[in-house]
Amino acid sequence: MSNRSSVEIFTEWDIVAARQLGRNEAKNSGFGTVDQARITTAISELARNIYLYAGKGKIEIERLSTDGMKGMTIIASDEGPGIPDLRRVMEDGFSTSGGLGAGMPGVKRLMDDFKVESEVGKGTIITATKWLR
Amino acid sequence: MNVRIPILKLDEVLIVSIQWELDDQTAIQFQEDLLNKMHETTARGVVIDLTSIDFIDSFIAKVLGDVISMSSLMGAKVVITGIQPAVAITLIELGIRLENVMTALDLENGLTKLRRELEA
Repeated sequence: MSNRSSVEIFTEWDIVAARQLGRNEAKNSGFGTVDQARITTAISELARNIYLYAGKGKIEIERLSTDGMKGMTIIASDEGPGIPDLRRVMEDGFSTSGGLGAGMPGVKRLMDDFKVESEVGKGTIITATKWLR
Repeated sequence: MNVRIPILKLDEVLIVSIQWELDDQTAIQFQEDLLNKMHETTARGVVIDLTSIDFIDSFIAKVLGDVISMSSLMGAKVVITGIQPAVAITLIELGIRLENVMTALDLENGLTKLRRELEA
């Protein structure tokens, strides 16, 4: 059994597919309804960022089991323009797309661990993990 | 794939129950349909029931917030009902505050609240 699954993001419909996959995986991993909503929302934000800013990319979901800890990691990767100013995108209310600017700092609050790696002109990889309590 | 959200009319109130997960297109279409219906029927109030919705991301929140502001421009009042605990928690953690929005626990309370507002 593979503990990793993924959805390629090309269209708006893929955002729906990614969050459905995430919700199912979260449910099957034993997360409660609030954590399921947190994970689904986080995936939706990350998938939409890929769609809006990079055009295409991938959402991967990995089930974790280490040292008696269980959890789920979302890896959002793209080969888009990258993020020139990481500090600004982590500010609440900052948006270049006319959105609410809740995405990145919001995802960080919804999840337990959060990491952004981005290189201008090469792309972005965001890794976010939720642990089962 | 393009499903439209049904909008029902009861006296001077439009009732909308969102029963499935909203994709971006459906949400935008709903915004337009609701405003058109309001214009056609001269309804003065709207209840949007979200009981069946198990998550709201920033996009859907923006569409909802916008539709409330747009309705207000047209002279109608909107009440949002049935927000689930998990949805309330994730919206606030996400950093979204639907301020100045009338809300109620369920459809019944929402209708009562709206009627009181319309009479005032």
